[in-house]
Amino acid sequence: MSIHLPRVILQIGASLLVALAGHSAVGGTADHSKFDELEGPFASGEEVTKVCLKCHTEAARQVMATRHWVWEYVNPDTGQKLGKKTMVNSFCIGDRSNEAFCQACHIGYGWKDASFDFKAPDKVDCLACHNTGGYTKPHGLAGHPAYERTEYPPKSGKFLEPVDLASVAQHVGATSRETCGACHYYGGGGDGVKHGDLDSSLNKPSRKLDVHMAEDGANFSCSTCHRSDEHALAGSRIQMTAADPHGPALRGAEGVRNPSTCQSCHGDKPHRESWLHAERLNAHTDKLACQTCHIPEFARGGVATKMSWDWSTAGRLTPEGKPFQEKDAHGHVVYDSKKGSFTLGENVAPDYVWFNGKVTYTLQSDKIDPTKPVAINAFHGGPDDPNARIWPVKRFRGNQPYDVEHKTLLVPHTAVPDDSAYWYNFDWAKALAAGAQATGAPFSGKFDFVRSEMLWPITHMVAPKAQAVRCSQCHSAEGRLKGVGGVYVPGQSGSPILDRIGWLAALATLVAVLAHGAVRIFLSRK
Amino acid sequence: MAQTDTQRIYVFKRYERFWHWSQAALIFVLLITGFEIHGSFDNFGFRRAVGLHTLAAWTLVVLWAFTVFWHFTTGEWRQYTPTLKKVDAMIRYYAWGIFTGAPHPYRKTVQRKHNPLQRLAYLGLLTVVSPLIWGSGLLYLFYAYWKPSGLDRFLSLEAVATIHTAAAFMMLVFIIAHVYLTTTGHTPFAHIKSMITGWEELEHSETEGRKGA
Repeated sequence: MSIHLPRVILQIGASLLVALAGHSAVGGTADHSKFDELEGPFASGEEVTKVCLKCHTEAARQVMATRHWVWEYVNPDTGQKLGKKTMVNSFCIGDRSNEAFCQACHIGYGWKDASFDFKAPDKVDCLACHNTGGYTKPHGLAGHPAYERTEYPPKSGKFLEPVDLASVAQHVGATSRETCGACHYYGGGGDGVKHGDLDSSLNKPSRKLDVHMAEDGANFSCSTCHRSDEHALAGSRIQMTAADPHGPALRGAEGVRNPSTCQSCHGDKPHRESWLHAERLNAHTDKLACQTCHIPEFARGGVATKMSWDWSTAGRLTPEGKPFQEKDAHGHVVYDSKKGSFTLGENVAPDYVWFNGKVTYTLQSDKIDPTKPVAINAFHGGPDDPNARIWPVKRFRGNQPYDVEHKTLLVPHTAVPDDSAYWYNFDWAKALAAGAQATGAPFSGKFDFVRSEMLWPITHMVAPKAQAVRCSQCHSAEGRLKGVGGVYVPGQSGSPILDRIGWLAALATLVAVLAHGAVRIFLSRK
Repeated sequence: MAQTDTQRIYVFKRYERFWHWSQAALIFVLLITGFEIHGSFDNFGFRRAVGLHTLAAWTLVVLWAFTVFWHFTTGEWRQYTPTLKKVDAMIRYYAWGIFTGAPHPYRKTVQRKHNPLQRLAYLGLLTVVSPLIWGSGLLYLFYAYWKPSGLDRFLSLEAVATIHTAAAFMMLVFIIAHVYLTTTGHTPFAHIKSMITGWEELEHSETEGRKGA
């Protein structure tokens, strides 16, 4: 698992398109291909950044204030210190000790360990987000693209092709589905793995897959909703706006309201209904998130998402001592010696939970109870919380290493080829010790695997209204909201006692009149 | 049957018959769609059931508006004045007399077309079941306006839906009994026939002392 070939091909394709068109694909007042400063040649990404910053003087300062740069975040709701740097998940588990690999998705150059200088402006990678093709940051180079043809991993026979920095720099543009997706589609180690509602099918989505991003429709980019202000982007899964009971946001109101909610454009009463329905659908918005009805299934674009990941089965090798993969009938990898066993899903109907936007995470500093599945994250809120709505989620199940003595989650060192990385040595004790050292966590040397569960909010892949969840899919005995609780769902809820009394009364009346009639007929014939 | 033995009276006027049968049809639609919405069975599909239920309810509201008007202008509302007179005789008749061929204890006339038990039943329907079913039904229908009007502080959908369902069961029980009791005329279909044609044939003994036709 070193590079994503389809992604490379796609990006080369995109750059060819740009080259053929002969001009920048960007609207705007500056054609960057006409700037002498961008003629290059550039030996490194940093050299490009220095040129960018000559005109865009405040850009680096702005970027450095964002989570995309620091990977660190204190949730103001909970006080928890979050961010990719320290959070633990049920997929690749953790970042630290694996920086050179994972930081391919950092918008900087050279973050390979704790010594990275977060204050150096030329380390900001402008091209990661503003390229219009032909730029890729392979895993293993700590956020650098390949500047020359490089064999990676060393002696693997696999080569990384160099990028043409000058060409990429001359064709910069606004962020796009492709640039955001280059990282956000591939979280967890592959296309569609993590989110379930974000994968490469959204680069060129049909209207049926995503009514907003469809090329033959509104053709939204990510930033159409995830509006940016001084490079800070709105909308985050670790601090969400679960309920937004307001009309559409006026210009200027974005400052106080999250501009990435559905309601910020549509308002909270978007359904036009006949008088016969008495605002019935609009009334649903006091209990349901928009997404609950309008995203009937996730992973609808033909890319499967991982639904479970069991690390405990990792490490089986061929008789020759080589790692191997097994695939299912659809060609999806369901076993990988480096990672363990997976299950995948496409067109998955979400689970539903009450959610007020507040999320807490189980961090490495938290004690866990290994006798039951560890909630990697917990979505808060309930039916009595005015800020909570019923939300669709992907419920992901994991099985991951923990310290038996300290009762804490462990981050394994996996991805950077050396003598302790699990993917190259298949030795849990070494990998976990290296991970513990990098994360500053205690490690007793005794470890086991613990079941875990992680929730992912489902909010992309909004279907056209004709494909929304049908009334009867919730309003039926086995409907989707069964077990969510705290809401009366006609067609599903109801008092079983009343039903029993009611039907018995009707039956008793029927039996009584039939008996009465039978006696009348019998006596009249005598 | 000898012509001289029976008397024909015009009991149910044209509007009354129209009201009765259209109301009957609407109530059947309401019961079928209502119990589907409740989750008792699957027939039209939830969405269509809700649409039909609401449409039938509004149609019935309009029908009632005309019917209330009709009752007042014709004075027919007096038919529902309750009385306990002869209630015991009616009960004894249904429990015993009807089997032995005893004469009906009540003389139907145009002014008093409902027997005392009927009057009580219809009055109960009008004063107990109807308010329950309409009150809960309209609240249910206008759920979207609870919050803007502040009603949400006093109401829960569960309570409203439960009352509506309970009243629907009462209606169902009424209809089963009502349909059966239509067969208790001097012939099994006499009552139904009169509700269709308006004319009721009364046996000679029943018409004694009638006040008019």
